[in-house]
Amino acid sequence: MNVSVSAPNSATIAASAVQLARGRKPHKLTAGRIGLYAFLITAAIFFLLPAYVMLMTSLKPMDEIRDGAIFAFPRTLTFEAWWAAWSSACTGLNCNGISVGFWNSIKILVPSVFFSIAAGALNGYAMSFWRVKGANLLFAALLLGAFIPYQVFMYPLVIMSAQIGVYNSIAGIVIVHTIFGMPLMTLLFRNYYAGLPVELFKAARIDGAGFWRIFFWVMLPMSTPIIIVAVILQVTGIWNDFMLGLIFAGRENQPMTVQLNNIVNSVTGERVYNLNMAATILTAAVPLLCYFLSGRWFVRGIAAGAIKG
Amino acid sequence: MKRKFWQNIMATLSLLPAWAVLLVAYTGSMIWSIQISFTSSRALPSNNFVGFDQYRRLFSTSRWLVSLENLVIFGVLFVVICLVLGFLLAVALDQRIRFENGFRTIFLYPHAMSFIVTGLIWQWMMNPTLGIQKSVRDLGWESFSFDWIGSRDLAIYALVVAGVWQAAGLVMVLMLAGLRGVDAELWKATRVDGIPAWRVYISIVLPLIKPMIVTSVVLLGIGVVKSYDLVVALTGGGPGMASELPGKFVMDYLFERQNIALAQAASTIMLITVLAVLVPWLYMQYFRKSGRSPT
Repeated sequence: MNVSVSAPNSATIAASAVQLARGRKPHKLTAGRIGLYAFLITAAIFFLLPAYVMLMTSLKPMDEIRDGAIFAFPRTLTFEAWWAAWSSACTGLNCNGISVGFWNSIKILVPSVFFSIAAGALNGYAMSFWRVKGANLLFAALLLGAFIPYQVFMYPLVIMSAQIGVYNSIAGIVIVHTIFGMPLMTLLFRNYYAGLPVELFKAARIDGAGFWRIFFWVMLPMSTPIIIVAVILQVTGIWNDFMLGLIFAGRENQPMTVQLNNIVNSVTGERVYNLNMAATILTAAVPLLCYFLSGRWFVRGIAAGAIKG
Repeated sequence: MKRKFWQNIMATLSLLPAWAVLLVAYTGSMIWSIQISFTSSRALPSNNFVGFDQYRRLFSTSRWLVSLENLVIFGVLFVVICLVLGFLLAVALDQRIRFENGFRTIFLYPHAMSFIVTGLIWQWMMNPTLGIQKSVRDLGWESFSFDWIGSRDLAIYALVVAGVWQAAGLVMVLMLAGLRGVDAELWKATRVDGIPAWRVYISIVLPLIKPMIVTSVVLLGIGVVKSYDLVVALTGGGPGMASELPGKFVMDYLFERQNIALAQAASTIMLITVLAVLVPWLYMQYFRKSGRSPT
């Protein structure tokens, strides 16, 4: 059976995802337009309200929160909860703040992003320019694997990582992130390289360049756009991961999401809502920053990733 | 030509790590975990095979049955609401409106946040004593209730609200990309014929963006099957087991309740569910479109 895996036109989908509406904006305000804006504004309120509440709560002292006016603006503005969340929030008996989780997340994030993208780029390159037997089968199978819930692989992976001695360590969680990031990264790069002119590759071959030389000197320098998309996808994806970090990183290396959940959900005594919300904002900050700074690249990433998921 | 041969060997070698990942981490783990589901393993894997006993036990465990029921309720509502809301938002954004970028940024930003963050925000909003409920009651609407996370009957709908808030923007982006791909000539033609815009959207545009709809359904559906974080953060599966989902059931039985064979039986059911959706879709998406008929 000849399995040919054609790349769906990710480029066009991604490009059209960032286009603005064509043509001039109508100036007349009809009843229909008013309804349209009413709908958009209502939706915007639904999406913004939680962020507003979260921010306001984090800036209030606890006695004000106990009044129960969740939408009210703080009467006394205080950043105390932010400072406390960062440096002295407690998980169990440790009260060193969520900064611990922040640095753990950074330690997990940097190598995981690097290795998953490197693996994806290399796979994508080898699959789209070289005639490697079984490459299409490999690709299709990896793609299928990417859709299967982690729960199916979890336990055997725990045993395997324990056997090679990386369970409960940064190395362990980095390996797991690389494994689970590989399919999507391979897909991204494979589709991107499939869109590059093959003459480029042929010319380099004729000039005598070999496998690695073409990869490092011809293909990688041309890959900046897809690398940006890949970095955005992986930074948000890995930062937001909870399940893998919880199981594989170990108590000492808990990423920020895991620590946040512990701070908020496993408390005894009174809940410190302002601290909780400040910690939540701090945890959301990195991917949000990534989102707001990258703008349309983020959308492009979603569109490209959506072809797989 | 010897050189060329070596270069091809190099390309083959470069894919070896990927093969290893596929064969060991994906295929190996999958087979192993299915195998465990046929044993009597509890805290540690054992090789005492018991056939389908674990599956029989699974389907007489009330926690699992509740999880399945919740999966259907949560899945259907979450996917349908996300699709409808995402489509409406995309259509609204496609009407040459002002501040399109601003609106789009607002609709999509929750998608940049984790389910843990999403769950914790909504847990606070639905706080029965200090949350939205209290504020609205103070305004004079005494019977208003939004304490869903504390209610056995409503906790599962709390998950839907939080999930939709997080994921509707994703559908919006995909649908919008589909809408922008629709030929401008089509709009001109329908305008000449005097067909109302809503009619065009429903009868012509919707079928045209079917691939985007299918993609959205698959993405959201897979998110539903594996959901774990959102439940942990928002309700913890409670009250009681009112908002348990299969994804959480597996994790709990693997790592807290020390009953790995039962957990793996549950994960095998999850796997079958996902494959049942996935295989036809992947086939349509990647293999049929290539134009080459499989020989």
